[in-house]
Amino acid sequence: MNVIVCMKQTFDTEAKITLTDGKINEEGVQWIINPYDEYAIEEALKIKEATEGTVTVVTIGPARVEEAVRTALAMGADDAVIVDDPAAFGDEFTAAEVLAAVIRTRTYDVILAGNQAVDDGSSQVAVRLAQLLDVPHVSTITKLTFDGAVAVAERDAEGDTEVVEVKLPALFTAQQGLNEPRYPSLLGIRKASKKPVEHVTVAGIGLAENAIAKRVAVTETFIPAQKGAGRILTGDTPERVRELVRELRQTSKVI
Amino acid sequence: MNFSFHDDLLEMKKMVQSFIANEVEPYAMKIEEEDRVPDAILDASRRIGLFGLSIPERYGGLGLDMVGKSAIFEELGKTSNGYTTILGAHNGIGSVGIVELGNEEQKERYLPRMARGEWIGAFALTEPEAGSNAANLKTVAKRVGDRFVVNGQKIYCTNAPLATVFTVMAVTDPEAGSRGITSFLVERETPGFHVGAIEKKMGLHGSHTAQLYFEDMEVPIENVLGIEGMGYVNALKILANGRVGLAARCLGSSEYLLDRSLKHAAERSQFGKPLASQQIIQHYVAEMALEIETLRAFLYRVAWMIDQGEQAVKEAAMVKLYASEVYHRVADYAVQIHGGIGFIADYPIERFYRDARITRIYEGTSEIQKNIIADRLFRERGVTI
Ligand SMILES: Cc1cc2nc3c(=O)[nH]c(=O)nc-3n(C[C@H](O)[C@H](O)[C@H](O)COP(=O)(O)OP(=O)(O)OC[C@H]3O[C@@H](n4cnc5c(N)ncnc54)[C@H](O)[C@@H]3O)c2cc1C
Ligand SMILES: Cc1cc2nc3c(=O)[nH]c(=O)nc-3n(C[C@H](O)[C@H](O)[C@H](O)COP(=O)(O)OP(=O)(O)OC[C@H]3O[C@@H](n4cnc5c(N)ncnc54)[C@H](O)[C@@H]3O)c2cc1C
Repeated sequence: MNVIVCMKQTFDTEAKITLTDGKINEEGVQWIINPYDEYAIEEALKIKEATEGTVTVVTIGPARVEEAVRTALAMGADDAVIVDDPAAFGDEFTAAEVLAAVIRTRTYDVILAGNQAVDDGSSQVAVRLAQLLDVPHVSTITKLTFDGAVAVAERDAEGDTEVVEVKLPALFTAQQGLNEPRYPSLLGIRKASKKPVEHVTVAGIGLAENAIAKRVAVTETFIPAQKGAGRILTGDTPERVRELVRELRQTSKVI
Repeated sequence: MNFSFHDDLLEMKKMVQSFIANEVEPYAMKIEEEDRVPDAILDASRRIGLFGLSIPERYGGLGLDMVGKSAIFEELGKTSNGYTTILGAHNGIGSVGIVELGNEEQKERYLPRMARGEWIGAFALTEPEAGSNAANLKTVAKRVGDRFVVNGQKIYCTNAPLATVFTVMAVTDPEAGSRGITSFLVERETPGFHVGAIEKKMGLHGSHTAQLYFEDMEVPIENVLGIEGMGYVNALKILANGRVGLAARCLGSSEYLLDRSLKHAAERSQFGKPLASQQIIQHYVAEMALEIETLRAFLYRVAWMIDQGEQAVKEAAMVKLYASEVYHRVADYAVQIHGGIGFIADYPIERFYRDARITRIYEGTSEIQKNIIADRLFRERGVTI
């Protein structure tokens, strides 16, 4: 089976976010593979090992994403496509259009992605992509098996397990618990530098820049205010309820 | 001059660093207390290829040169030295003999399994009568037809309880002195081969060292490693190769201790200010850092010399000597900077302090390294001592 993995390079989850002129500062930040995408890569490699297929990684981003791509290749992916073009750096709409244009021309049985990116946390790109490619999708999966041309995916449903069957080709987004991503092997790291990485532009994949321009406008970016100390209400129950209602109305103004 | 590692090696170093930090270091205390490295850690180490560092790529290993191997060993030095010693002995003295002296059949038989870590390697030279004077072996291998019959005893064999493949030195010609020693590859399942009880040690917990006994153990002639009669020379060659790797592990451990000391001095306050603001503490860390940087520069230069095909016997002895003494001094400073907690076993500093001690003894004591250095210095000037 041939698997395509959509991967995003994100900030290290432990990185300290700072702003300069209202923009997130990228200076000195450690970059990692989005953790949910790591599950997607691992699952793709498992499918490859079980069925002797190939794994292709597709990503959008500037030169720095090469490092994440190398890691995915070192883990065992066969090749990669990098859309390294500022015209492709937009919002979820843009990303889905760009990924669809790259993937449409390829043959695949399975597309895997993370269920969300830990930076923007929108959970939109992969689902939009499935829509554009007109393939079924199952999101936030915790198990994936195959029965011929049918995939059986499991997902958490409020403490229970939902089992979903879909015909291939299909898209799945990975949830924590799907697997335990492997470390790249030392030999894998060496082999990665010889694996093919294709760099493409928006024009190169047949898209018009203005047709994929972002639809979301960011009006302001700010760091949430420091959380103050909590307050424990005292007194008997009616007293505490009265005080709570007063707080909610007057101090935090939520009701 | 170029002091940088190539990109692949930097990636490998980074990956090993994160593997050590996430998969080994959290269990370092457990390894210490139970005197055992969990199987899961060894298995994970196998999967990422840590057992094949010096085995050529055509046998499934990584075939790193000495600079590359040192770069990885440096990272391995930053955690439980017991764990590191299992890998160090396997990738060093436990397999280097086969890589450098083995014939094609021997390489085909042993190296792929050793690269995968299915078969672990050990090196058996030391005997009760032969420590620093390694040529004084009493283990005898007598040729009978197409085999050798081996009788004798080895002590302090690291990895013995885990290993499948042993590089064993034995006397094949008692009349010929050090030229009458031969190296053999001995498999654990060989009849007449016994592994003794595990030694209780001051440190390196998790790494196991034991005696070996040979009782009429029959070894086929195909298992002679290298040339008959060259066993002592082989052993010295294997040990010289191991020295640079050991120095790299000492470097990593020293860096770990400096890192912990800086952190502790910054966080711990006495007399209303951090220890870091006391000039004596500043001087301690300055001394530690200076020694570490000197060691790093020297180590990679010696590793590079070896990769250029130079013999570097003198330099390998120097760097092993220097690295073990730096590690020892740095560990002493680290305990001092930590005060009481540096002596308490719930905290890693005293473990490193104990583990540092063996590096001045095994793979040739500090005194023996100095003998080698002096011997080479005079030899370079045509004087035999
Ligand atoms: C934990 C551990 C693991 C080991 N692993 C292995 C292994 O895997 N394989 C293996 O073969 N061996 C191994 N050894 C053995 C180790 O290499 C020897 O212990 C070491 O070489 C010293 O030999 P010795 O213990 O007999 O000390 P001795 O040779 O008795 O030395 C005692 C002291 O005398 C000094 N000395 C001796 N001769 C001279 C001289 N000519 N000039 C100046 N000073 C001298 C020494 O430097 C030392 O200070 C291991 C030892 C230990 C403790
Ligand atoms: C096994 C053991 C038994 C003990 N038994 C007892 C006991 O029975 N009763 C008891 O009361 N205590 C006991 N102690 C505590 C012991 O006396 C202290 O650990 C010791 O005084 C050091 O204090 P500390 O550990 O807080 O180190 P710190 O005071 O944090 O010192 C850390 C380092 O900073 C240096 N330093 C600190 N201040 C200065 C300064 N102003 N100028 C220069 N250098 C400075 C120190 O010399 C040291 O090198 C024991 C400790 C141990 C480990």
